[in-house]
Amino acid sequence: MTFLGNRGRDDPTAPVTRGVPNLLASRRSQLFTGKRGVAASAISSIVILGAIVALLYVAPGGATVRFTYFNLHDMWQAWQGDPTKGIEAIRDGIVANIWMFLLSEVLVLFLGLMVAWCRITTSPVLFPFRVLATAYTDVFRGVPVLLVVLLVGYGLPALEFGVLSSQSLDVYGVIALTLSYTAYVSEVFRAGIYSIPSSQTHAAQSLGLSNASTMRRVILPQAVRNVIPPLLNDFISLQKDTALVSVLGAVEATRAAQIYASTVFNESGLTVAALFFLVLTIPMTRFTDRLIAKDRGRRLVIAS
Amino acid sequence: MSDVVLEIDSVVKRFGDNEVLRGVSLELRTHEVVCLIGASGSGKSTLLRCINLLERIDGGDITLFGQSLGDVRVDPKLVRRQVGIVFQSYNLFPHLSVLDNVILGPVRAQKLDREEAREEALALLERIGLKERAHEFPERLSGGQQQRVAIVRSLAMHPAILLLDEVTSALDPTLVGEVLDLLAELAHQGMTMLIATHEMAFAREVAHEVAYLDKGVLVEKGPPEQIFSAPREEATRVFLSRVH
Repeated sequence: MTFLGNRGRDDPTAPVTRGVPNLLASRRSQLFTGKRGVAASAISSIVILGAIVALLYVAPGGATVRFTYFNLHDMWQAWQGDPTKGIEAIRDGIVANIWMFLLSEVLVLFLGLMVAWCRITTSPVLFPFRVLATAYTDVFRGVPVLLVVLLVGYGLPALEFGVLSSQSLDVYGVIALTLSYTAYVSEVFRAGIYSIPSSQTHAAQSLGLSNASTMRRVILPQAVRNVIPPLLNDFISLQKDTALVSVLGAVEATRAAQIYASTVFNESGLTVAALFFLVLTIPMTRFTDRLIAKDRGRRLVIAS
Repeated sequence: MSDVVLEIDSVVKRFGDNEVLRGVSLELRTHEVVCLIGASGSGKSTLLRCINLLERIDGGDITLFGQSLGDVRVDPKLVRRQVGIVFQSYNLFPHLSVLDNVILGPVRAQKLDREEAREEALALLERIGLKERAHEFPERLSGGQQQRVAIVRSLAMHPAILLLDEVTSALDPTLVGEVLDLLAELAHQGMTMLIATHEMAFAREVAHEVAYLDKGVLVEKGPPEQIFSAPREEATRVFLSRVH
């Protein structure tokens, strides 16, 4: 054997003999190339969706499920609410979800960065912060969000300690979600910061930049770009977890749907709430994808 | 002879058990160009990084303008404003335009007025023929262009000394020339430089003194004519016969 493959064993100098190599894809995969591929995906989608819908008609309990969860009349009623019967509108509940996650996200971004910074810094003055930050992430990543919501929601009012104990349920929800998600997001930021090669730090330092400037002007802008996808992942998770605040009795979309269900005995409101969360997250995912593509394009194409 | 600006005295540097510099001594005078030659792993890069305080030395002393860098009161930032360094892999900031790469140091470290820094940066970029590309991002430039921007980025800080760490080693052979030409021009203008390089022809032409490093030991140093034509040490002769 030589490095060049299986030459004749008897005569190492004999040329390698091989026929014309086959470069064509297998017959089966040829079926799904070009326009045929689009048609194939359309057909498979229709078949699979059809099967799911068919299940609602074929299954023994199908009629019940269709009536209880997909009743258009009840869906509309739950969305509208009915003040005379004490039924909160999902429409109004949604507003609570939206402001809770918007506020939490802003807080989480800022605090997550601070916690990551504390954990990364080597400054001796910040030593106690480093220990605290590490303990904090360990604890709040380990405790289920639902428990954090319950502990904050019942615990802080029980303290009977001024402003801290006299907030609305939504505010306790924001505090709980921020506590939980800051722990996750700080780890995302930390990973992002570590993903920037040390040569970038060296280059910045060699220009006489301070540690703070190096972080702010060189490392963070690159790190944040790198972690946008996992960051978005956590934000989608956070948006959905605003539903957990319902356990405190805060009237948001899920809670409104539950009130409707327990009053009218129809669960269609839950479907409405589920659709709302979908409508919220999908555009955000697409928007971020575009943002990332735009940034890549900007860096590789002549800037204006 | 002009003043000694940088004095390297018996410097030792270890990475764990691995001693990469074993008592290296060297002097650099104003307007002088010294080329460090030697195989990969001989300690050339480490020596440059020690001078820039990117690495801490384990023995000996480095003196800059008569002040020991080992003094605990020395601020690394202030040292680095005197001593610029250019890296083998350019290390430009990919998220900043060429112009922003060049003005980052002057604006953030030297607190220079942004407009002033901009004008100066553009003038420097014009001298290397890259003014038109000032607003592009580094990834759009060729390796040679990126390295020349990296050199200009260092120059914008007006360093007293420029350290160059194998700046052409990562380049396509066709792009080496443009970078070496820029260095030769700087040498001609009197820039004080310490250059780690594998380009022997360049060292012979530009250097006032050539120092040969082998396994962390400075084997010999002298004027290029002597080192390249009549090396005193056997090790130098063997090394040069391999690279030629």
